Amino acid sequence: MLQVDVRKTFDAFTLDAAFDVPAGITAVFGPSGSGKTSLIRAIAGFLRCDQNTVTLDGRALSALPPHRRNIGYVYQDARLFPHMTVLQNLRYGGRVDEEKIIALLGLEALLDRTPATLSGGEAQRVALGRALMSGPDVLLLDEPLSALDAPRKAEVLPYLEALRDQTAIPMLYVSHDMAEVARLAGQIVVLDRGQIVVSGPVDRVLSDPAAVPFIGVQDAGAVLTGRVVGHADDGLTKVETDAGALWVPGPVGRAGGTVRVRVPAQDVILSRTAPEGMSALNILAVQISAVDQGQGNGVVVGLQAGEARLLARVTQRSAKAMGLAVGERIYAIVKTTAIASARVS
Amino acid sequence: MTDWLGPAEWTALWLSLKVAFWATLFSLPVGFGVAYALSRGDFWGRQALNVLVHLPLVMPPVVTGYLLLLGFGRTGPLGEAFEALFGLVFAFRWTGAALAAAIMGFPLMVRAIRLSLDAIDPGLEEAASGLGATRLRVLRTVTLPLAWPGILAGAVLGFAKGMGEFGATVTFVSNIPGQTQTLALSIDTLLEVPGGEPLALRLAVVSIAIAAVALMVSEGLASRAARRRGR
Repeated sequence: MLQVDVRKTFDAFTLDAAFDVPAGITAVFGPSGSGKTSLIRAIAGFLRCDQNTVTLDGRALSALPPHRRNIGYVYQDARLFPHMTVLQNLRYGGRVDEEKIIALLGLEALLDRTPATLSGGEAQRVALGRALMSGPDVLLLDEPLSALDAPRKAEVLPYLEALRDQTAIPMLYVSHDMAEVARLAGQIVVLDRGQIVVSGPVDRVLSDPAAVPFIGVQDAGAVLTGRVVGHADDGLTKVETDAGALWVPGPVGRAGGTVRVRVPAQDVILSRTAPEGMSALNILAVQISAVDQGQGNGVVVGLQAGEARLLARVTQRSAKAMGLAVGERIYAIVKTTAIASARVS
Repeated sequence: MTDWLGPAEWTALWLSLKVAFWATLFSLPVGFGVAYALSRGDFWGRQALNVLVHLPLVMPPVVTGYLLLLGFGRTGPLGEAFEALFGLVFAFRWTGAALAAAIMGFPLMVRAIRLSLDAIDPGLEEAASGLGATRLRVLRTVTLPLAWPGILAGAVLGFAKGMGEFGATVTFVSNIPGQTQTLALSIDTLLEVPGGEPLALRLAVVSIAIAAVALMVSEGLASRAARRRGR
C-alpha cells in the first residue's frame, strides 16, 4: 500500500492530495492542468513540494532522493536514451525478470534496434519494459498512451492489461481518457484544480450520479464486471453482469472468463414500458435511485439494476415528460454497439 | 620538404602544436564543468560566470595578456603560488604561452560544449535518475555520450584558437625564439625582417590550413550530433 500526502502551492492553484494506492492500477483522472502530472512527479521526487510524505508499506520513500526510491516512471514521450539500443535501454535500471518482461511486452524482435527507428507504440512498450526491469516497488504511468494514435493505443493496451493482471505492485495511471481508465483501473482518484474531488473503486465512482460533474457528462457511465456466457455466431458476446445479461459487440474474452463492460450514460435510453419491436438488444428492468439536475440541459439518472448501478443521461424535457422520480421501476435500453468491453482475466 | 621552412619556423610550428595541445588538455575538463554549470545550474552568480567566461572573447587581447602578466607573472600572486606549490613558472616560458592560449580559447570551447548540453533533453537525465542512476552515473552514461560531439568540437575550436593566439601571448610571455615564439609570433617577426616575407607567407598557409581543418572537423562533429538526435 502506497500512502501519499502532497501539498504544493502554484501560481494558479494549490495541489493538495492525500490518498492511498493499493496494489493494482489506480487511475488519476482530471482535465489538463488539474495537477495530475505534478502529483506523480512529486511522488517520484522530481518536484519540490511544501509538504511531501510518501510511504510504502510504512517505509518513508519521501526521505530518499529520486534515484533511491525504486519507483518506475513511464513518461508520455517514452524518453528512451537515443544513443543506446533497445536492449541497453531495457537494462539501464536493472535486469529483473528480463526474459519474462521481454516476452510479456513482445519486445524480442526489437532488442537490437535504436530508439529512433521505433514506432510510437513500440517505444512506449520499451519504456514500460525498462521501468519494469528496474524491479520497481511502485509504477507511475504518466499518460503513456496519449501521444499515440488509436491503432497504436490498441496495440499497447493489451500489454498494460497483461501487466495489471501479472504484477502486484501499486500503479498510478495518469489519464484524461475515461475509456482507458474504465478498461484498466480498479481505483480512481479524480483531481480538479489540484484537489481530490472524488475517489474510490472505479465501478462505484463511475456509477455515482454525484460524481458526474467532475468526470464530465461525455465520459460518465457505469462500469460493470461480468462473466462471459458465450459467443454468438454473428460476432456478439453475451455477458452476465450484476445488472443482468448484456450483449456486447465483438468476440470478447473466453466463455467463463471475466470481462469489464462500460455503459456510457448518454447511450442509455429510458422507457416506462417494456419496449417491443426495437433493434436494441439489451433491455434491463431498473429502479430509479437518483435524479440529478446537473448544469446545462441534461439530467443524470441513477439506476439500480439488480446488484449493480447504472447511469443514464437524458434531456430535461424527457425527464419532465416522463415524470421520472426516485423509486420508480422503469426499463433501461442500451444499444449493443455503444458498449465498450475489455478482458479482465 | 624540410627546406620548405627554416629550422626556426619548424620550431615555431612544433611549439605552437605543443602549446595548443597542453592548453586544450587542461582547459577541457574545466570548460566542461563551466559549460555544465551554465547549462544545468541554477545558482547565484550564474550570469556573472557567463560574462567572466566570455570576457576574453571581447576584451582586447593585449589587456588579457596584461592581466595575465599581473596575476601570473613572477611576482604576481598566482604566479608565486603556482611556483611555490607546483614549481610551475609561467612568465616568459612556453607554459605561459599555453596558459594564454587556454584563456583565449576558453570562451569558444565553453560555448560549443554548452550548446551541445543545452540540446540534450533534461527529461532523459531525469528518466535515468528515476531508473536508479546516481548523478555521476547519469553524467557518465547519458549526458557525456550525448554531448560528446559538442565536447570534441569545443576541444577542436580551443586547439585552433590556441594555435593562432597572438596578442595575449606576446604581451604575457613576449616573443622569445624557441621558448615562446609560436606560429603567429613567428609570422609577425618574419614580416619585420627584410626578405622574410616568403617564409611568412608559407607559415600563413600552414596556419590557414590548420584553422580550416579544425573548423571542418568541428562542423562535421556538430552535424553528426544533430543527426544523432534527430528522429
